[in-house]
Amino acid sequence: MDLFDKFDPVVQLRSSLPFEKADPFKVVMDEIISETEAIVEGRHTILAGTNNYMGMTFYQDAVDAAKKALDDFGTGTTGSRVLNGTYGGHKALEATIADFYDMDHCMVFSTGYQANLGMISTLGGKDDFVIIDADSHASIYDACNLGNATIVRFKHNDVDHMEKRLKRLPEDAGKLVVVEGIYSMLGDAAPLKEMLEVAKKYGCTTLVDEAHSMGFCGENGRGVAEALGVEHLVDFYVGTFSKSVGTVGGFAVSNHPKFDVLRFVCRPYVFTASLPPSVVASATAAIEGIKRSSNRRAHLWENANQLHSGLKEAGFNLATAKAESPIIAVQVPDVQLGTRFWEQLLLQGVYVNMAAPPATPAGIFLMRVSVCAQHSSEQIDLIIERFKKTAEIVGLDLDS
Amino acid sequence: MAQAETLETINALITPLNKKGVSLKPETSFASDLELDSLTVMDLVAEIEDEFDIILPLNLLPDLETIEHVADAVEKITSEG
Repeated sequence: MDLFDKFDPVVQLRSSLPFEKADPFKVVMDEIISETEAIVEGRHTILAGTNNYMGMTFYQDAVDAAKKALDDFGTGTTGSRVLNGTYGGHKALEATIADFYDMDHCMVFSTGYQANLGMISTLGGKDDFVIIDADSHASIYDACNLGNATIVRFKHNDVDHMEKRLKRLPEDAGKLVVVEGIYSMLGDAAPLKEMLEVAKKYGCTTLVDEAHSMGFCGENGRGVAEALGVEHLVDFYVGTFSKSVGTVGGFAVSNHPKFDVLRFVCRPYVFTASLPPSVVASATAAIEGIKRSSNRRAHLWENANQLHSGLKEAGFNLATAKAESPIIAVQVPDVQLGTRFWEQLLLQGVYVNMAAPPATPAGIFLMRVSVCAQHSSEQIDLIIERFKKTAEIVGLDLDS
Repeated sequence: MAQAETLETINALITPLNKKGVSLKPETSFASDLELDSLTVMDLVAEIEDEFDIILPLNLLPDLETIEHVADAVEKITSEG
């Protein structure tokens, strides 16, 4: 028995897709020209699918800080946070994030995925309940598999559905409600006010993943909970450095007085090497920069609104009625048409994410566009124009 | 072995989703006989939960392959209160 036989359906599905010139899951960025442009197979390409929302990847302070840290501290820590892998920079970064969120404690993880994996699997113990949204990110689902808690799932963003389930749980049990501020595929925001209020009504601890909302939602860029004025109902925030912060890594913040014990019991924190000093230094500088970036925030929202209204006007089928985030998801009827659309759009010089189940909710195929604060409004116009042209070429029907 | 009443209630919830008109027996499988996709299974789980006023934890779902498995699980959870 070949262990690989079980993947045959995946191989079959992939080989059935009608790519001719490009494969959405094998794109190579040969040269990065700026936050918003790259060379892909010799073609000048506008990047509109990078999650680089705040455009911090070439932020001068972050680049300088990373170079200095490389010179001063070397290329890596070669150790766990709880052994030799905590440098002064890691502590300074944790202090910077705690200050950003105005909370007492912060733990920095090596990726955002591990932050969710670690926090949720550790907080939810054998006799506890973890309550999750059906459209949760893979890291949340994987955390549920890693931990020993009983997992309760409710329909995406459905407060009544969630409440019905919370009502059925034992009153005195440990309960962790996990929600995201912005859901990464459709770019839709959660009704966090209602959800967190209901969670608190049933005595739940709350964890909000602001991976796709940090930087530009809320006055200080803390995320959707800040934007909706419900931060007091959040017990734990989880976030990432690989989107608005422009590098890699993850974090959790909280006011819980016993928070620090997690450093000893959270296995995805303990049993992996810590972030390299250069990454830590650039994350710190980028977060400091984001605090002062109200102009970038404003321009990012302008870009999101411009793209949404432009595509909507052109008759594309969008996942949200208005721009709820910098993620604008264009629905396509099926994977065949989606494949041709994605390929043709790339040839036109626009890179977006092609998203299909299981990354998307079942049965949904997307051209997932994410805009950047550094996109010019001319670039946004070009993206819209090329979407229209691509629809014409591949024969995607638009609403008129 | 689940009681007939539990099976009937569950079958009634499955019927509108049974597009192929498969005859519903206790050993009917959701994946291979009914060919329900994951979204449909999720909706069905939610309906069963609401019908019996219980929680069917996500951890349990991989083991519930047939109608009888679900009925047994429902009865077990209901009797545990």
